[in-house]
Amino acid sequence: MAITQAPITSALKAGKLHRFTPLYIILGTLAVATAVFAILGAVNVAGILIVTAVLFVVTYWLLSLFVEGSRKAKDRLMTSLVVIAFLIALVPLISVAITTLTNGAARFDVDFFTMSMRNIVGEGGGALHAITGTLLITLATSIISVPIGILTAIYLVEYGRGKLARWITFLVDVMTGIPSIVAGLFAYALLVIFFGEGVRLGIGGAIALSVLMIPVIVRSTEEMLKLVPNELREASYALGVPKYLTILKVVLPTSLAGIVTGVMLSVARVIGETAPLLIIAGYTQSMNYNLFDGRMMALPTFVYNSYAQQGSDAQAYIDRAWTGALSLILIVMALNLIARLIANIFSPKLGR
Amino acid sequence: MTTTAQPPATPVQPVSPGKPEVPAVPPKVVQRPGDRIFSGSTLAAGILILVTLAAVAIFLVAQSLPAFTADESDIKGDATNFLSYVWPLVFGTVWAAFIALVIAVPLAIMVALFITHYAPRRLAQSLGYVIDLLAAVPSVVYGLWGIGVLAPAVQPVYSWLVENMGWFPLFAGPVSGTGRTILTVGIVLAVMILPIITSLSREIFLQTPKLHEEAALALGATRWEMITIAVLPFGRPGIVSASMLGLGRALGETMAVAMVLSPSLIVSLVLLQSQNPNTIAANIALNFPEAHGVGVNILIASGLILFVITFVVNFISRAIVDRRKAFSGAN
Repeated sequence: MAITQAPITSALKAGKLHRFTPLYIILGTLAVATAVFAILGAVNVAGILIVTAVLFVVTYWLLSLFVEGSRKAKDRLMTSLVVIAFLIALVPLISVAITTLTNGAARFDVDFFTMSMRNIVGEGGGALHAITGTLLITLATSIISVPIGILTAIYLVEYGRGKLARWITFLVDVMTGIPSIVAGLFAYALLVIFFGEGVRLGIGGAIALSVLMIPVIVRSTEEMLKLVPNELREASYALGVPKYLTILKVVLPTSLAGIVTGVMLSVARVIGETAPLLIIAGYTQSMNYNLFDGRMMALPTFVYNSYAQQGSDAQAYIDRAWTGALSLILIVMALNLIARLIANIFSPKLGR
Repeated sequence: MTTTAQPPATPVQPVSPGKPEVPAVPPKVVQRPGDRIFSGSTLAAGILILVTLAAVAIFLVAQSLPAFTADESDIKGDATNFLSYVWPLVFGTVWAAFIALVIAVPLAIMVALFITHYAPRRLAQSLGYVIDLLAAVPSVVYGLWGIGVLAPAVQPVYSWLVENMGWFPLFAGPVSGTGRTILTVGIVLAVMILPIITSLSREIFLQTPKLHEEAALALGATRWEMITIAVLPFGRPGIVSASMLGLGRALGETMAVAMVLSPSLIVSLVLLQSQNPNTIAANIALNFPEAHGVGVNILIASGLILFVITFVVNFISRAIVDRRKAFSGAN
C-alpha cells in the first residue's frame, strides 16, 4: 500500500515500506483479533493482545519480505521481536504495581500503622510491631555494616596492596553471592552456641542482614573512592597533610554523595529480605523493642506470616498481607528515589 | 624513592633524596598516631570480612555434621539417610533455576538490546531505570503476586497445554488445579533475575567499540546484521557471566518459591502437575520454624550444600569476567 502512495516513485524510496506501515498493520491486526474473539464470544484482553502481537509479527515480516527482500525483512522481524520482548518485561512490573496498589489500599489506614497484632483474631489490627521491628533491625544492621563496609573499601582503595587485598576483594565477591537464607542459617549457627537451641533474637536478624549488606557497601564505596582524582590526593600530600587526614578531609568529602547513595541502596536491598529473618528473628504478634530479647517481627515476615497462616477470617489476613507488601514497596521505592536524588544533587561536578 | 646513587648514613629513607647534603641527620618519616590508628582500623575491617566468611563456613559445617550421621527416624519423609533426603531438593533447586534461566536470558538480551540500540536515545536511560525497578521489589511481594495473580492467570493455559500437548513428556498430565507448579515458580524467578541480567548485558553492549558498529553499518549491514556481527560477539562473555550471576540468584531465592510452589519430595521433570520437586532454600524456609533436634542440623546441612552450589556458580562467572578483562583489548 505504501508504494502506490507516491505518484512519482523515487529511486531511493522504491522497494521500501512507508514509515507508517507498521502502525497500519498494528491497527489492522488488532481489529482482526478483536473481531475473532468477539465472534468466539470470549473477550479476553490478554488473549487479544497476544494474538495481535503474533499476527503483527507475521504480517509485517511477510510484507517486508515481498517488498524489501529477505535481509530487510529479517531486520524488521527482529526489531518487532525486540520491542515485544521489552513490552513483555514491563508486564510483570505493571501487574505487580497494580495488584499491590488495589489489594493493599483496603487496609492502608491509620489502624495499620498504629496497632500491633496482639490479641487480634479477625479484622483490625496492624503492623506497628512489624514496622518497629524492621526499623530496629535495619538500624542495627546499618550500625554494624556501614563502618565495616566503608573502612574495608578505604583499605582496598587507599592502603591495600598485595595478597591480602586480593583475598579480601575475592571474598567480598563470594559474600555477594551468599544466598540470603544461608546468611540466616549462619546467624542461627552462631547464636545457638551462646543461647542454646531454638534461639530467636532480633539482633540475629541484624547479623544475618549484615552478611548480605557489607559486600554491597564495599562494592559501591570502592567504586566511588576510585572516582576521586589522584591529583586531589597528591595536592594534599604536597601540602604536608598526613595520609589519614587526606583520606578523612579530602577523599571522603569528595565522594560522600556517592557513598551515601550506595548505603541507601544497600539498605533498600536488605530491608525487603524475608528468609533470614524467618530463620533467626521468628514471628511474634506483640511489640518488642529489645533486639537482644525474644522474637521480633519485621515487615517482610509479617507479610509472609499473614499469608501463610491465615486465621478464621482469611480475608482480613490476606488484606493485611497486601497492605504490608504495599508499605514495603513504598519504603523501598522511597529509599531508591532519595538515593538517586542525593546522587544527582550532591555529586561533585567533575567536568568543568 | 629508592636512593641508589648516594645512600644516606642511616637506612631510613630521607624525604628529599635529591639533596642529601642538607640534613646532617635525615628527617625521620613521621609516624603519626592518627595514621597508625586509621590504617589499622581499615585493615581490621578488611580482616573482619575474612573472619566473617571463615566463621560462616566453620559454623555451618559444625552445625551440619550431625546431619550426615542422622538416624532414619529423624529425617522427614521416606528418605533413609541425609543424601537421599537432600537429592530431590538439589534437583529441584537446579531445575527451577534452569527453567528461570531459559525464560529470562533470551528476554533479557532482547530487552538490553532494545535499551541500548533500538530505543530513542533520550528515553534509553529512563527505560533502563524502569527495568531496574523490577529488582527493587522485595521477594516476598513477588511471592504474593505469584500465588495471587500469576498462578490463577496461567492455570487455564496449563490446562490447555496438558489437553492438547500432553504427548510432550514435559507437559504430561494431570494438570495442577491451582497453577502452583514448578513452571510458575520458574516464571516468577525469571522475572526476579531479569533485571540483573539486563543491566549487566546493557553495560556490555554499551561498551561495544563504536567503530565496529559503524564499520558494519557502512558496509551496508542492516541494524540486526550489525548487532549479530559486532555487538553480540563482543558481548558474549559478558552475557554468559551475567546469566551465571542470575543463575546464582535464582538458586538461592527463597520466598517466592516457598510461597508459590506446592511441594513434595520427588524428582520429576514434569512442569504442570501438582507434584513438584521442592528447592533447598524453600524447604528450609518452610520447615525451619518447626524443626528441632537433628532436624535443624539436617536443614543447616542442606543450606551448606546450597552455599557450595551457588559458590561454584558465582566462581565460574567471576572467572569468565576476569578472563574477558584480560583479552578484551580495552586496556
